Amino acid sequence: MLDQLALLGRIGLGAIAGLGRAHLLMFGLLRGLGDLWPRPLLLVHQIHSVGVLSILIITVSGLFVGMVLGLQGHYVLSKFGATQTLGVMVAASLVRELGPVVTALLFAGRAGSALTAEIGLMKATEQLSGLEMMAVDPVKRVLTPRFLAGFIAMPLLASMFSAIGVIGGYFVGVGLLGVDAGAYWSQMQANIDLHEDVYNGVIKSLVFGFVCTWIALFQGYDCMPTSEGVSRATTRTVVHSALAVLGLDFILTALMFGN
Amino acid sequence: MSTEEPLVKIRGLRFSRGERVIFDGVDLDIPRGKVTAIMGPSGTGKTTLLKLIGGQLRPDAGTIEVDGRNVHRLGNRDLYTLRKRMGMLFQSGALLTDLSVFDNVAYPLREHTALPKSMIRKLVLIKLEAVGLRGASGLMPSELSGGMARRVALARAIALDPMMILYDEPFTGQDPISMGILVKLIRELNDASRLTSVLVSHDVHETASISDFIHVISEGRVVESGTSTEITGSRKAWVQQFMGGRPDGPVPFHYPGADLADELMGDARC
Ligand SMILES: Nc1ncnc2c1ncn2[C@@H]1O[C@H](COP(=O)(O)OP(=O)(O)OP(=O)(O)O)[C@@H](O)[C@H]1O
Ligand SMILES: [Mg+2]
Repeated sequence: MLDQLALLGRIGLGAIAGLGRAHLLMFGLLRGLGDLWPRPLLLVHQIHSVGVLSILIITVSGLFVGMVLGLQGHYVLSKFGATQTLGVMVAASLVRELGPVVTALLFAGRAGSALTAEIGLMKATEQLSGLEMMAVDPVKRVLTPRFLAGFIAMPLLASMFSAIGVIGGYFVGVGLLGVDAGAYWSQMQANIDLHEDVYNGVIKSLVFGFVCTWIALFQGYDCMPTSEGVSRATTRTVVHSALAVLGLDFILTALMFGN
Repeated sequence: MSTEEPLVKIRGLRFSRGERVIFDGVDLDIPRGKVTAIMGPSGTGKTTLLKLIGGQLRPDAGTIEVDGRNVHRLGNRDLYTLRKRMGMLFQSGALLTDLSVFDNVAYPLREHTALPKSMIRKLVLIKLEAVGLRGASGLMPSELSGGMARRVALARAIALDPMMILYDEPFTGQDPISMGILVKLIRELNDASRLTSVLVSHDVHETASISDFIHVISEGRVVESGTSTEITGSRKAWVQQFMGGRPDGPVPFHYPGADLADELMGDARC
């Protein structure tokens, strides 16, 4: 009994200590941002590997999600004879919810896990220690560029996801199910609000970009420097990111559209 | 020994990893301008000692002064300034795997100096030539053998012409020829620029031949210190066994643990 209590306490303390280290790292990352100006190339490389290389999976997924929305939306709307508004339904679901959320989940799986594995391996092979002994702060040189790259890439990827999704919905709705093309676009134009829908979606994906990249970098930086440690950290990145994204999405949605 | 202040002054150093005490009151001096070797059985904490000197680990008690400054009292900025004057050769090499050999050696120069490109190029090629790998400057670290990687790491460690270099087992994985060249190189580097070298190694003969002083550590303490002739001629049974590499004697080969018979008989735990 006492043993179990002690174990519970140890787990709790461990979790709190980890949270503390994660926040210390976050402050380090934010402090490092100023140091990035003289070295724009570091950022460009990372935007390429974090963002550009994720474009394929994002666009393909966006296309399919949009097409499914077209099908499902048409099914529901046709019951009310409101298939004219299919464009609104597809665009609103994508821009407000599915764009930011699904992109963040895909991002965590594609880019986040890669970041964790990379940083974790750099730790395991003493590259981070090596940098420290060369009087180079690995948080500033290695982690911060990746952090900013993730933060910048996420909203761009989410926008791409939504844009392609809208086109996917168009293919299915207009091309396949016979919704009027003019209605699809004009209803969308009239009923999607720039502030209410688009900006709020962008804010969501900025938050997700921040959190997913932070989790990925922290897990890599904090992992046990062994192959098993790296593999566990990679798993944790995906799990924690997914939970954080879905939880935060609920909170953000409640704050933005709740009243 | 000269009366000059030692470059590294360790007093009352205590350090443990979890339950295991690695250092238990170590006092040790590393004189300026000399090659000082640190020897001891595998797993006694030689690498740990270098990391403590470099400020990567914190001691539980005791002080480590480098050039008159307590390493663990320094703020981040001062610590980094101090590290620019220390080169460290990691046991694993620790090369940046996404950069070529050339860029690895150029890295500290690009980070810490404002030298023009052509100058950096010349410096890098000179350092690589010194370790015999100028021809390999275009290779990636994954294309190097272990011994080559360690030589590249050495070139990188000396790129900024530091005041002190910490070598963690530079000879492992070197063939007899490159070993001989490295031994000479370490000595020459030391004498040409009044560098201070700290050398961790198991190769008794090579180490004894180039070092001025040797500290032998074991089980958390300094067992014996002295000039290399003093150590090789030591009468202590412990040191004799270690330096002679004999299997029987007071030096433990096994990591501390339960008695073998007890452990084999005690099947209850598994
Ligand atoms: N990250 C770590 N966590 C826990 N214990 C460690 C860690 N690194 C090293 N140790 C322990 O510290 C002790 C000293 O390790 P260290 O690497 O300093 O030995 P060493 O003297 O350099 O050995 P070798 O000659 O084999 O390189 C070892 O017993 C090891 O078990
Ligand atoms: Mg070692």
